[in-house]
Amino acid sequence: MTKMTGAQALIRTLEHEGVDLVFGVPGGAILPAYDPLLDSPIRHVLARHEQGAGHMAEGYAWATGRVGVCIATSGPGATNLVTPLADALMDSVPLVAITGQVPTTSVGNDAFQEAYTTGITMPATKHNYFVTDPAEISDVIHEAFHIASTGRPGPVLVDLPKDILNQSTHWRVPAALNLPGYRPTVEGHPRRVKEAVELITRAQRPVLYVGGGIIKANAAGELRRFAELIQAPVTTTLMGRGAFPDSHPLAMGMPGMHGTYTAITAIQKSDVLISIGVRFDDRVTGNPKFFAPHAKVIHVDVDPAEIGKVRAADVPIVGDARRVLEQLIEAWGERETPDRNAWIETVHRWQKDFPLSYDQPADGAIKPQFVVEELYRLTGGDATVVSGVGQHQMWTSQFWRFEEPRRWINSGGLGTMGFAIPAAIGAKAGTPEELVFAIDGDGCFQMTFNELITAAVEKIPIKVAVINNGTHGMVTQWQRLFYNGRFSGSVLGDGIDYPKLAEALGCAGLRAETPDEVGPILEKALAIDDRPVVVEMVVDREEMVFPMVPAGGSNDEVILGPSEKAIGPASDLP
Amino acid sequence: MNHTLSVIVEDKPGVLARVSSLLARRGFNIHSLAVGPSHEDGMSRMTIVVDAPEVEQVKKQLHKLINVVRISEYEQSVAIEREIMLVRVAGGPGKRGEILEIAAIFDAIAVDVGHNSITFQIAGDPRKVNDFLELIRPYGLVELVKSGRVALAREPKGRPVRLRAVN
Repeated sequence: MTKMTGAQALIRTLEHEGVDLVFGVPGGAILPAYDPLLDSPIRHVLARHEQGAGHMAEGYAWATGRVGVCIATSGPGATNLVTPLADALMDSVPLVAITGQVPTTSVGNDAFQEAYTTGITMPATKHNYFVTDPAEISDVIHEAFHIASTGRPGPVLVDLPKDILNQSTHWRVPAALNLPGYRPTVEGHPRRVKEAVELITRAQRPVLYVGGGIIKANAAGELRRFAELIQAPVTTTLMGRGAFPDSHPLAMGMPGMHGTYTAITAIQKSDVLISIGVRFDDRVTGNPKFFAPHAKVIHVDVDPAEIGKVRAADVPIVGDARRVLEQLIEAWGERETPDRNAWIETVHRWQKDFPLSYDQPADGAIKPQFVVEELYRLTGGDATVVSGVGQHQMWTSQFWRFEEPRRWINSGGLGTMGFAIPAAIGAKAGTPEELVFAIDGDGCFQMTFNELITAAVEKIPIKVAVINNGTHGMVTQWQRLFYNGRFSGSVLGDGIDYPKLAEALGCAGLRAETPDEVGPILEKALAIDDRPVVVEMVVDREEMVFPMVPAGGSNDEVILGPSEKAIGPASDLP
Repeated sequence: MNHTLSVIVEDKPGVLARVSSLLARRGFNIHSLAVGPSHEDGMSRMTIVVDAPEVEQVKKQLHKLINVVRISEYEQSVAIEREIMLVRVAGGPGKRGEILEIAAIFDAIAVDVGHNSITFQIAGDPRKVNDFLELIRPYGLVELVKSGRVALAREPKGRPVRLRAVN
């Protein structure tokens, strides 16, 4: 037992939890916690906005698999964290957020910078705490890390009033956890595992539909062994890209609204859908009534509430994806690998007949897909790729070939524009040896480019390619397709000189305007390593993301390209 | 359809808010909610009557709350369900006798008698409480309050349907 203040106890406990890096913005109520931080080996990265700090902590968590930590003050500091918290809840990102609060004597009095943080964040966190006794701090922080990182990971917030941080207390090693209502199931039920194996043995057209759960559970190795063992083609969701190597003969790419024709169609034709660490999101299923209509569904998830939420499961298995895959492999035992040649050949024929495609004319505008492919070629794929939300995100997910987990970071469930730059900073700070390249849209960029200052000042040399089409591209795509090309409120215009802006913020700035400039400019960007780099890619403003299954539509009706369906007039786009 | 859930929660600040906020944001209608201490130290019992076609998803979502320890769904046939109501009925000198006769049949106790009204306390099966209410309604209700339903499972032939992990 060591005597210290609540603030010192907080920092001491963070050290005890193995935290090496926190992202935050100080302020009045959290000030006591910042003082001992100065003497701690924990590095503090000063974000320019609390939302940035939150996404940085998310990027760190995505890239490292460890809990990301962010700190903010009371009131606006805490409310600015709501978006990253909601984002982390949707995408199951382990996060601990520490917020200052007005002194307990002022709570409820509408004090300066007071907000009801635990109330506001209740539906945006896996759990949250309001601490009223400095002696509780070590146990609460320990519980917060445990809850954030186990079961289905997620964000946990700890709200600390200023007087509690200032009071003196005795620090001790956190006590054993006392969480009678929190006992995640890890082991799959053996009978269900056996049923699953029997169903797979009898299957003619099985499909493995896998997602972020594989990555969170570090189960990519087990997934690969199992897929090869049972010879089932694999589709990886937006959250699960990298869970299975895209170069593998059984890989089909992404399913869903902008998935590959092959992945979408294979699911529709499948007779057994082996779903692991996925939640049948509407972006994958389209209208769930028409989704995988012939399939018996095996659903493995660590969160029991996901099973049966959208699609009834014929074989429900609650458990950790890695453990259940081990159990499935064990239960498969010495069974012969089934002959699925006919099914796999069909899948390969679709891949050949309906590949992802775009047309890059030599003397035309730069196609965004070409930027992704050129960057892939120049890096050999040896990079962590981070994106925001929209067209650029879909093109990156489609055209980058992901081979390993944790090298693809984006905002999936919540669809948070502006995620890329701060998340890339967090990822780079957590994995400094890694090349971290954000592929961002101009709309997203304009939401969070202030964090480039953080990257420059804190010497976190990320690279950002801005796919500049002067618009909220996905919005204009929908307006072209469903609103007769009336671009209401979606045109960003040409007001920004990106290279100059980058230079002004302490980064290197580059620009490519023609296809032949793309490669050389990217090479230049890759050669700079003493500061962050922003590369503006001036791209074709009319390019759209295909294939596409319109929202709420049936996955049996995939629109492969712009000429396939009547499209509204599009030529008046600036 | 009404489903009765008995939920054991940790007795910590804000737990009621977590439960009610979850039910609201997942779109479930609360018919009644009663909360108080349970037989276990540090635990409270909530009896929640939810109006929904099925409650499997409600139970699973509630179970995700860290402070929720156990959830049981009670079917009417296996549960003892009780409610208490205080009701003030308009009734001057001319009507008192009639009203008190009805009350006697239902074991309702007159807890306050004034010049213009009588206040009854009635406790029991929610259907009985409702029947009494309907019979005295024509005399004119001045005010009423209900406790919300509380329930326990019968022993031994009926046991609560416990939520288990779906596997």
